[in-house]
Amino acid sequence: MPDTSFIHAFGAYLPDRVVTNAELASQLGCTPEWMETVSGIRERRWAGVETVADLGTFAARDCLQRAGIEASQLGLLIVSSGSAERRFPGPASTVAAALGLNATPVIDLPLASAGSIFGLALASQLTGTYGDVLVVAAEKMSAVVQGAALDQNTAILFGDGAGAAMVSSRPGPFEVLDSVLHTDGAYRDDLTLDWGSPLHMKGLTVILQAARKLPAVIGEVLERQKIAPKDVTQFLVHQANQNLIMRVAKGLGTDPALMYSNVAKYGNTSSASMFIAAAEWEPSRLSSGPSGGPVVFAGFGAGFNWGALVARSS
Amino acid sequence: MRDRLLKVLQKVTTEPVNIGDDDSLFESGLLDSFALPDLVSGLEEEFSFKVPDADLNPRKFDSIARIEAYLSEHANHA
Repeated sequence: MPDTSFIHAFGAYLPDRVVTNAELASQLGCTPEWMETVSGIRERRWAGVETVADLGTFAARDCLQRAGIEASQLGLLIVSSGSAERRFPGPASTVAAALGLNATPVIDLPLASAGSIFGLALASQLTGTYGDVLVVAAEKMSAVVQGAALDQNTAILFGDGAGAAMVSSRPGPFEVLDSVLHTDGAYRDDLTLDWGSPLHMKGLTVILQAARKLPAVIGEVLERQKIAPKDVTQFLVHQANQNLIMRVAKGLGTDPALMYSNVAKYGNTSSASMFIAAAEWEPSRLSSGPSGGPVVFAGFGAGFNWGALVARSS
Repeated sequence: MRDRLLKVLQKVTTEPVNIGDDDSLFESGLLDSFALPDLVSGLEEEFSFKVPDADLNPRKFDSIARIEAYLSEHANHA
């Protein structure tokens, strides 16, 4: 790590509209119970007229407020989304404009699911140059689900939402210790979303690879820092599916209770999910007192892209 | 080897393993996307070997015959 970076705050935004399994089941020809059994999901949120950039802007504002800084202090804005409405410019420039920024550089990361871990890892490498870096992940997956006929296994998963993290070279609540990112393009066609086509997912391959690669990359970053999985106080991973989250715990040989999960309430919000989980978890950490223990972030998604980051709460 | 394979398969599925060697374990409903990682882990443990990530292709584990063929080539049979 070239410079020491700190995560100052997380933020999140979830649309108000709750879509229950019962509501979707009637459209998809399955039962709410089956949906929960195969995914752990009971309900998700769907946005109305809000765009990906709108969702991201709300999460960005929440994060900035929690961090106690103004948008004008940002040196860089990174926005990830796999469900952006247009090819270019991506949502980052719209989020920047909504935050009142007119000269701060922005970067779009069109990375579904893994966008937040990639953004967080990159931000932690860039704070030495850019100072305060805001990473936003925003997804409107309901447009994907409603835009074309999907198979049941795919259509039940997704929800809308956005999350954010503020990373800085200034000391803050979480010191970033290390991160690892990987990509294997051999699987580029196994999870895709083209304009004008439905989402395509080879579920068996995605789950098989994710169930292997997520524990492996978490183990890799922990080993580099000489930290045993049993010493990690919290795992905040991409909220893809409860069954996958439990298999990650099993693969690591760690207590499943240490895997934060809110997938039952929000479904799979793709790249936004890890930050939404972190934003929901952080207040409970603060109320129970700082532990000083390691916290692990990890994600896996289309590409395949996957990675992990370990931070120490202070 | 076959008995050990069937033992692992039975451990990861809730249904009785009563299927032809060439029948699809997925289409028959014996395996789903989340039982598959458990099957691979179970085979690795039972046969003391590691399936490389590049071999994590569901087709290689889609039937008893295919699993047997894979194990014959890669697993430790001791």
